[in-house]
Parts: sequence; C-alpha cells; structure tokens
Amino acid sequence: MQYFARYARSAVAAAAVILMVAGCSSVKLDEQAPAPIVDAGAGGAGAGDPRAVAPVTAASTQGVDPFTDPKNPLSKKSVFFDFDSFVVKSEFQPLVEAHGKYLAANSGRQIKIEGNTDERGGREYNLALGQKRAEAVKQRLLLMGARDAQIETVSFGKEKPRAMGSNEEAWAQNRRADIVYK
Amino acid sequence: MKKPRNNASRSARRNLCGALILLPVVTRAQLRVEITGVGGQQFPIAIAPFAHEGAGAQDVDAIVRADLARSGLFRIIDAGAQPIAENANVNLADWKTRGADALVIGSSRRLADGRYDVRFRLLDTVKQTQLDGLSYLAPAAELRLTAHRIADRIYEKLTGERGVFATRIAYVVQTSRNSWELHVADADGANSQAALRSREPIISPAWAPDGIRLAYVSFETGKPVVYVHTVTTGERKAVANFRGSNSAPAWSPDGRSLAVTLTREGNSQIFLMNADGSNVRRLTQSSGIDTEPVFSPDGQWIFFTSDRGGGPQIYRMPASGGAAQRMTFGGDYNISPRLSPDGKLMAYVARRSGRFQVMVHDLVSGTDSPVTDTARDESPSFAPNGRLLLYATEVNGRGILASASVDGRVRTRLSGPSGDIREPTWGPYIK
Repeated sequence: MQYFARYARSAVAAAAVILMVAGCSSVKLDEQAPAPIVDAGAGGAGAGDPRAVAPVTAASTQGVDPFTDPKNPLSKKSVFFDFDSFVVKSEFQPLVEAHGKYLAANSGRQIKIEGNTDERGGREYNLALGQKRAEAVKQRLLLMGARDAQIETVSFGKEKPRAMGSNEEAWAQNRRADIVYK
Repeated sequence: MKKPRNNASRSARRNLCGALILLPVVTRAQLRVEITGVGGQQFPIAIAPFAHEGAGAQDVDAIVRADLARSGLFRIIDAGAQPIAENANVNLADWKTRGADALVIGSSRRLADGRYDVRFRLLDTVKQTQLDGLSYLAPAAELRLTAHRIADRIYEKLTGERGVFATRIAYVVQTSRNSWELHVADADGANSQAALRSREPIISPAWAPDGIRLAYVSFETGKPVVYVHTVTTGERKAVANFRGSNSAPAWSPDGRSLAVTLTREGNSQIFLMNADGSNVRRLTQSSGIDTEPVFSPDGQWIFFTSDRGGGPQIYRMPASGGAAQRMTFGGDYNISPRLSPDGKLMAYVARRSGRFQVMVHDLVSGTDSPVTDTARDESPSFAPNGRLLLYATEVNGRGILASASVDGRVRTRLSGPSGDIREPTWGPYIK
C-alpha cells in the first residue's frame, strides 16, 4: 500500500508536469491560430452556462424597512423650521402624517423628538426654543392618533449642531426637530 | 409697550442715588478710590517687581498687578524693572512724583522644603506711611493663590471693600466636537482643573452659596438633566431628571432650594425643588417659555426670561410664585438676568441689531448701559463684591472669557485652556 501510495503521488506529479507542458504548448497554438481557441473558452461563461449564478434581491413587500425606504415618508425624520419659528411647515405634513399614523397603529413603539436651534442667542433660551419645536411636532403627531405616552420631547438647543459654520445654510440645517425611534 | 416713567423723576432719583452711594466712600476718608462708576478716578498705584529667589518665585508681582488692573479701579504706574524688596529703603516722595499714590514692594523666595516665603508692604506715598505689610508661607500649589490674597489685601485697604481675586470661577470648555469639560479655576482664569469630562454637552453651571457644590446641566444620558456635583469629592447626583428637558438650575441664597426649568408638563416652565431634588412644585403658569430663573440676593424674587409678550424679555415674580412684572423694555430680545450681590443691578444679555451684548440695568434708576463692545456675549455673572462681571464672548470664532468692571470701563480677557470656552459662573467668597 505504502509503495502504491508513493507511486500514485509520483504519478500525479508527473501528470502535473505533463499538463504544464501541454499548457505551454497550447499558448503556442493560440499564437498561431488564436480565434477558434478563444471562442471555445468564451462560450463556456455565456448565458447558457448551467453553472451560472445570478444574484437577486427579494422584492417582497414584507421585507422593505419603511424607515429606510426612500419612497416611504417614514424614512424622513427631520422637520426644519424658519428663523425664530415653531410652525411645522406644510411641506412636512406627509412626514408628520406618516409617523403619527405609524405610532397610532403601533402602540408599542416609542419615540423621542429632539429639538435643535441655530447658534444665535443664549444657550438656555435656545434650549427652550428647541423644546418648543419638538413640542410643536409632537402636537401634530397627537392629531394623527399617536398617544402622549409614546412621545418624549427633549431639546439640545444649540449644543449639538448638525452643520458647523456661521452662515444661513448651516443655520437652516440646525433649526430642526428629529424623530428618533427608541 | 413703554415703561411708564417720568424722565425728570428718573434723573432726580439717579442723582439722589449717586449721592447715597458716594456717602460711605466719603466717610472712609483715608480711602481715595472712587468706586461709583463712570467718571470716577482710577487710583494710581505702582507695584514694583518683587525681589525673587528660586524657581517659580518670579510671578507674584505680575499676578498682583494684573488683578488690580482688571478691577478697573486702579491705574498701574510703571515701576520699572528693578526689584524692590519689602525691607528696602525707598524714597516715597520720588514715587509720588512719578504719579503713584501708593507703592507695593515685596519679595518671594523658594524655601528648601519647596514652600514659598512671600512678603509685601503697601506704602502710602502721600502720607509717607505704611498701610499694610504681611508675610505668607505658601505651599507651591498655593503660590498663585497667595498673590491673589495680596491683591485682595491691597484692594481692601484702598477701597474699603472686600477683594474677589482669591475667589474661584467655573466654566465649560469644549475641547473637540465630542468632548466637553467643566473647569474650576482661579478668578483670573488661571490654574484651571477639570471637575467633569463628558462626551456630551455641559451647560449652565451655577455655584452653590457654599462654594463647594456646582449645579449644572449635562446631556450625558442623551437629554438635558440637572446634576448637583460636590467639587471636592467628585460626588454627583441627578436632582432633576424628569420626562423632557431639565435645565437652568439656580440656587436660592440659603442653598436649600433650586429653581429649575422643566418641560415635563409641556413647554419650558419654572419649578422650585429642594436641593436634593425632592418636593418639586411648579412656579410659573404660562403657555410659552419661562426659563433662566435666578434668585434676588434677598431671596424675595425670582427673575427669569419669558416669551409671554412675544419675544424674550426679563420678568420677576415673588420667589414663591405669583404675578410677574416685566423688567426690560428696550429692544426685542433680552435674556439671562443676573443680580448684583447688593440687589441693585441686573446684568443681562441684549440683542441689538443682531449683536448680543452684556448690559447692566440699574434697578433703582431704571437706566440701562452696555458693558461690552463685543457681539456674541453670553452668561454674565457678578463677582461676589459686585464690582466686576464675568462673561463669555467670541474672538475669531473661538469662545473666550472676559471680565469687565460693571461700568464697562475696563475689560480684560481671561486666560484659560485651549478650546472653546463658555458658560462662566463666578463663585462666592470661600470662608
């Protein structure tokens, strides 16, 4: 057995050498007549290949996360405000409606609404302004059927700006209330 | 809405008030420092370089000089570079000729055991007499404090009022986008130590009357919560952690109660609680914002910011709650009230043409005067003797601390660690 095994190993090694040599010679053939050989190789990876694997993502509606699907208004969680204002603008109505109805339908879910302001003005007064913005969003969610116990409103005032910089573009980004699911 | 007040009676009252304030100064006849504000003369004083020996001993006279200059009451006369020890023979008439009505001389020597022997004399160049002379034996860690104590002695000898240079301040530094520190430092901003480090914002520190505890707002749990923190031990407790936001702690003068802003019943409203967080009761009943409560020094009133009239204005109400009275009428944005220790002045921040400036409102005469010329001021805080205001402002996009005499005449930028510095609060006298 031992002898046979050793023999078998040498036979495999010998075959490998032969294959390498054969490979070398096939390159030579290719150079002489490339077209037919290349065609034969390319044909194997074609659409008709029984070994092909085409990756597909399941499109089942049950699998879509409403909070990340950009087509779903639930994926939007920030309400932006005008300077010195607490009015939830009409463009945020679809967002407010979606989260309000979702909370009404999912009474086990709870959220935090985090109010923010731009950098201008006192820290404590801005904290209160941010709170007022969070509270304004909460009132709209309650109108859509969410319950008071599902919503905690807090404020970061001007302490945690999303956009740095002292210009209207940054300020507009920071006058904001964010809905955060717990 | 305009404040109904007759101009003639206002100016008459102001004059009367000025005369009354002047009286106690006049009765201290030997004290020639006028402390009645704008127009008062600054007292000319020379502080000679102290004779010094050993590492670290050279800083004392510079600290004393900076302290007295910052008070706004003194004009520092150039004393040259030649050190003059407390036992030197000086020709006081010469110093009088140079324009100094008082001269400080002294020495600072590092001893073999690492302590410092610091001595000074305060000399009256007019009467050619000694007004004060003292020696201190200070551990190395208290050398700066000793210099502040000398400045306090000089200040008190010449003004008749207690100095504040040996008191402490607290403030917040943001060291990076996700790093905040609560610092305790000497009144000149130096010698700062971090009492708390956090990955979330810290705002609104307020010293308890004991000078040992700080109340503040920390966002470390993901929302604003009010803590009381004993600085000496590091022990801390969340005293207001209700549903919603908890903020703006203010100590009652007896240190037993805290006024805080809570949103547990909707928008920001002012509540009173025991200092341990028990016995919470609501004080204001408005539909908008009521925040930034602060007690008057006699404990009778709570001043606060409210938007009940539209924009933010300052109001006051009895400390037990009740009808509020509007206190500010100029401009459409007045916030952050702080009362002077004698209860006569109210510092606050006003927005005028987009600039945020510290103002002082005279509660007796009703007048308002700007204290600063900067545009992004926040958080004014009175020194315990009422003569200086500490506040935060911004220079080249970075938060710094500054102090100003209440008349606004002398403003000084304080030293501090690197980072964005804000939210200063001046501590009380420590026994």
